[in-house]
Amino acid sequence: MTDSRNVKTLTLDPGGNTPSLLLRGLRKAFGDVVAVDGLDMEVKRGECFGLLGPNGAGKTTTIEICEGLTEVDAGSVELLGLDWRTGAEELRQRIGVQLQETQFPDKLTVEETLRLFRSFYRKGISVDESIQRAQLEEKRGARVGLLSGGQKQRLAMACALVGDPELLFLDEPTTGLDPQARRHLWDLVDQLKQSGRTIILTTHYMEEAERLCDRVAIMDHGRVIAQGTTQQLIASLGAEHVVEFAVAERESSEVNVAPLLAIPGVQSHRVDAGLHQLSVGELHTAVPSIFAALDGQGLELSEFRTHSATLEDVFVSLTGRTLRDE
Amino acid sequence: MRFRLFLREPEAVFWTFIFPILLAVGLGIAFRNRPADVLQVGATTAQLTQALAGDKGLTAATMDEAAGTRALATGNILLLAIQKPEGVEYKFDDTNPDARTARLLANRAIQTAAGRQEVVSADDLLVHEKGARYIDFVVPGLLGMNLMGSAMWGLVFPLVEARQKKLLKRMVASPMPRWQYLASFLLSRLLLLVIEVAVFLGFAVLAFGVPFRGPLWELALLCVLTSVAFSALGLLVSSRAKTMEAASGLLNLVMLPMWILSGIFFSASRFPAAIQPLVRALPLTAANDALRGNMLQGMSLGQLAAPVAILLAWAAAAFAVSLRIFRWR
Repeated sequence: MTDSRNVKTLTLDPGGNTPSLLLRGLRKAFGDVVAVDGLDMEVKRGECFGLLGPNGAGKTTTIEICEGLTEVDAGSVELLGLDWRTGAEELRQRIGVQLQETQFPDKLTVEETLRLFRSFYRKGISVDESIQRAQLEEKRGARVGLLSGGQKQRLAMACALVGDPELLFLDEPTTGLDPQARRHLWDLVDQLKQSGRTIILTTHYMEEAERLCDRVAIMDHGRVIAQGTTQQLIASLGAEHVVEFAVAERESSEVNVAPLLAIPGVQSHRVDAGLHQLSVGELHTAVPSIFAALDGQGLELSEFRTHSATLEDVFVSLTGRTLRDE
Repeated sequence: MRFRLFLREPEAVFWTFIFPILLAVGLGIAFRNRPADVLQVGATTAQLTQALAGDKGLTAATMDEAAGTRALATGNILLLAIQKPEGVEYKFDDTNPDARTARLLANRAIQTAAGRQEVVSADDLLVHEKGARYIDFVVPGLLGMNLMGSAMWGLVFPLVEARQKKLLKRMVASPMPRWQYLASFLLSRLLLLVIEVAVFLGFAVLAFGVPFRGPLWELALLCVLTSVAFSALGLLVSSRAKTMEAASGLLNLVMLPMWILSGIFFSASRFPAAIQPLVRALPLTAANDALRGNMLQGMSLGQLAAPVAILLAWAAAAFAVSLRIFRWR
């Protein structure tokens, strides 16, 4: 076991093979509600790991347990080889945290806020540098209360980074932001990934998980229901494409699903509010057969489209619900 | 940083500095040492009226009994002297201290006019000494009230707001030691205290000539102790409150009894003996007693040991409990 005190900044050897984060059998309930139910998770050093799931899946509770903010009812939490009960001070110096909805004191300026947070850490980057990285130069002297949503999130991220952490937690970093602000933040995270930090983020946007994360754990109802790289997860569907269609309304417009499923390459069928979804292996062989099958039933298509399978489709196939349902 | 935050909160500045000054001014004006009130009385005959006019403390008017009774009922006059065959009858409300005074003055005037001689020669020596006026009594009480208000509001609102906005949670996730966060509030409070007290007392001295009989450094110490005790109490109040509304309610619950019972505007010993132990144990009562003792009577800290001990006890107990139950999330 490497001495964790030798791990200084990210430029050095990141402690060998010890995982950044190790969760075993985590359980946490708030009164009657079980937020986390037997969770196992492992995050390697230097990877960008995502927790994907709908609202209420237990992502925030899990991440707050990791950040040392919530105590577990059962299970073990190990960060950078340390334990929250014994190594709390050390850990807080080495991690960076961005909470969901933090609001900083409105009347302080951006610079003052960063300076305040910087003062907590023994080592870190300078306030000037963190302002630059977050691209908040023009807003340096502005009061926090006057910033836009995107700017506030960048400030929150800057505060998380100002201590030059090895391990960074981002809880729903782009929720509530417009697409441009979101892209801005993604660029920031890209830069961070290059510097070798371990990043753990939670999100309910599958594009975000796909775009940013090396590996993803899909959560639902307090459990991890799938884990792996994006490609692995999509491959687990058995089909990389999804065909969606709707039939025109007529008296006998019941779609007989059996022949569709019989087509080679068609993995599964699902219908949601009149829109049929088939997960399909190879489009060029399956699609003509689908057309033929529907035609054979005397049905007329009103809509037809295809897309490559996404993590959302993985979620749907595992749970029968979409990420956006809650 | 905390100091800067405070200054940018204009409402806080108003309540801490301006309000107590306004209050002191208002009260000072209301209770200023005017020459003793001239009391209104009525009489049923001109002869009586003339006799009454002989006393400088009375203003008399002639009226018939019916008008006089109406005037009594509306408070226009305090006493009606009715001429009767067998002598004079005084009609007045004996639960009203001014009316009782009027009765005495009126009787003396009428008797003297009728030829009564004073048996013992008596003379008046008026006392307008500083330190015995109402404003002198009130100023230390206002100081105590001000110290309580600024310590409690100044601590509770920012803390609960920070908790509500999840800022507390964010702070706790960082390496900042928790006690430092709380200590920063106390420190900024003490800094502001210096300014606050100086402004208020400076005004009191300049405008009303309120005396400072006790050593000034001891007065300063008492102010600090009071502020610390109420800061601790503020910490306790803010330990669990999740919203500003809850905090407001709690604050009022705690401060209201003290506003009434602790002897700010009138002596706490006016309350019945049964609740005196409760009254004396309240931190604001102790603070007011100590402040008054120092300013008006020049008592030393040793003589003020009892109220000082009460304040210390409150400070220690409130700190201890709040550190255990303070909710950071």
